[in-house]
Amino acid sequence: MTSIKAVSLTRKFDNITAVDDLSFEVPEGEIFGLVGPDGAGKTTTMRLLTGILEPTSGEGWVYGKHIVKESESLKDNIGYMSQRFGLYEDLTVMENVNFYADIYCVSGNERSDRIEKLLGFSGLTPFKGRLAGKLSGGMKQKLGLACALIHTPKVLFLDEPTNGVDPVSRRDFWKILYNLLKEKVTIFYATSYLDEAERCKRVGLIHKGKMLRCDVPDKIKEEFKAKTLEEAFIKIINEWESHAGK
Amino acid sequence: MNLRRVSAISRKEFIQIIRDPRSLALAIVIPMILIVLFGFALSLDIDNIPLAIWDRDNTRASVDFLLNFKNSKYFQIIGYYDNYRDLQRLIDSGKAMMAMVIEKDFSQDLLSGRPAPVQLILDGSDSNTATIALGYANAVVTQYNTNIILNIMKKYTKENPTPVNLQSRIWFNPDFQSKLFIVPGLIAVIIMIISSLLTSLTVAREWERGTMEQLISTPVRRAELLLGKFLPYFAIGFFDLIMSVLLGVFAFGVPMRGSVILLLILSSVFLTGALTQGMLISIVTKNQRTASQLAILSSFLPTFLLSGFTYEIFNMPKVVQALTFLIPARYYIIILRGIYLKAVGLDVLWRPSLLLCIFAFIIVSVAIRKFKKKIA
Repeated sequence: MTSIKAVSLTRKFDNITAVDDLSFEVPEGEIFGLVGPDGAGKTTTMRLLTGILEPTSGEGWVYGKHIVKESESLKDNIGYMSQRFGLYEDLTVMENVNFYADIYCVSGNERSDRIEKLLGFSGLTPFKGRLAGKLSGGMKQKLGLACALIHTPKVLFLDEPTNGVDPVSRRDFWKILYNLLKEKVTIFYATSYLDEAERCKRVGLIHKGKMLRCDVPDKIKEEFKAKTLEEAFIKIINEWESHAGK
Repeated sequence: MNLRRVSAISRKEFIQIIRDPRSLALAIVIPMILIVLFGFALSLDIDNIPLAIWDRDNTRASVDFLLNFKNSKYFQIIGYYDNYRDLQRLIDSGKAMMAMVIEKDFSQDLLSGRPAPVQLILDGSDSNTATIALGYANAVVTQYNTNIILNIMKKYTKENPTPVNLQSRIWFNPDFQSKLFIVPGLIAVIIMIISSLLTSLTVAREWERGTMEQLISTPVRRAELLLGKFLPYFAIGFFDLIMSVLLGVFAFGVPMRGSVILLLILSSVFLTGALTQGMLISIVTKNQRTASQLAILSSFLPTFLLSGFTYEIFNMPKVVQALTFLIPARYYIIILRGIYLKAVGLDVLWRPSLLLCIFAFIIVSVAIRKFKKKIA
């Protein structure tokens, strides 16, 4: 089953085209990496797919829901972690988690089990009473993830979640993601780190709003006879720039 | 409408308020300071008008005449002088508001039936106060003259003369205390400023801190979010209202003659409109600084100047009068003064009450419509 589908997705801001004619599909249970330099249009793509920004043209579906016409019911199925820390720094860890549990109407036994499990594997249990603003960068991101997962979403959107996070927390973070994949959660992962992109099942390289390549990392490397994705991507971007220059 | 989400947002908002000393001060301390400050400072009562005297006659008749000023609570004789220079100095420096000169032949003129001139010099720079002061002086002199005429008439007629006898009954505020009039209006001004200022930050803050982006990616409904944000501020506003009413009664001695229940119900309607106005500003600007400045500007100025709180509406030019119909505080002040001082009910106050409801309804609908769960 296709979990995310974009057809000619385009978003313009005044004269700038932030996302330009993007088309791709992500099957259920896959981790898809949206890779590209800063300002490539990753965040705009995320916002379009999560229904919080309307496209100028084109269409998209997330878990069968249209991103414009059904943008509200779409939100029942998704978890989203914005690039900027989106939780309340003046609330404690537990207060934040409870807040999102209420917003998603998670209740009963499911609620306490879920909270315990999420805090457990993100290592936040000892910090339940700490203000979110007083957490370290890595801890904050794990709390953000816990809140985005409180309602067991089918599709998870993560916008550069490990930016500025120490290597140990980063590894923890990825452990959580691998566990989610076992539960058939689709993960849409935006990043500018190519070592993280290598861990994705498939990657889409986005540059100046355009999707230049979209494939399995190994195939891309093979095609360009590159040892790393980084090498391959630099070749792809250079090739595209020289074409665009003409 | 899912009440669980509403209460989750209210609880969150409430925790944020109590953890932020500034917003707590704004919510509780500022309204109290305002009402005490304005309540004491904004007095329109005029008594103890400082009066300087030059009595050039200095006879029994002139002393007798001056006694009427001395015994009036409206005048305070600050001293007796014997030249114009002193009088001018006192008026120039503001130590005296009035100077009175009784001419040399005052008593002789009186006895011989000629007009006896008394000169009154008045500092007219504050025209309002001067007019009132002049009125008091006229009243004292008229009373004095009436007594003279009556005495003379008594000599010639055997019957007691019966002039027109004006029997005035002053309702609602028999002592003409301006605070009885000001304090209820002050409640409207304070509630308007504080509530629109309080809510002006609530939505903008979430946009600025990035928490709104997270929140709009959830299934929470617009109305749930706004109602959830509204409720804790409503509680604070209601608390401020009760405090203001209590301060009015106990600190300023303003009687609460009408129905407290009616006052609280109609106040809630006003409060709803004021809070939502602030929230609407927050929704539209998405910026805390702009929102709070706009909130003060749009609440304080119109409410203070155009609601009938400080200036009578019927004195304003027609265009400005038309403008006052758009100021909800105008209706609320009528209601407050009506219930407070006149003890009237909805049978009299139905029109301003209805208009207050309409205003609240419109502003709530606009706020919900303007709030979008979209980034841009």
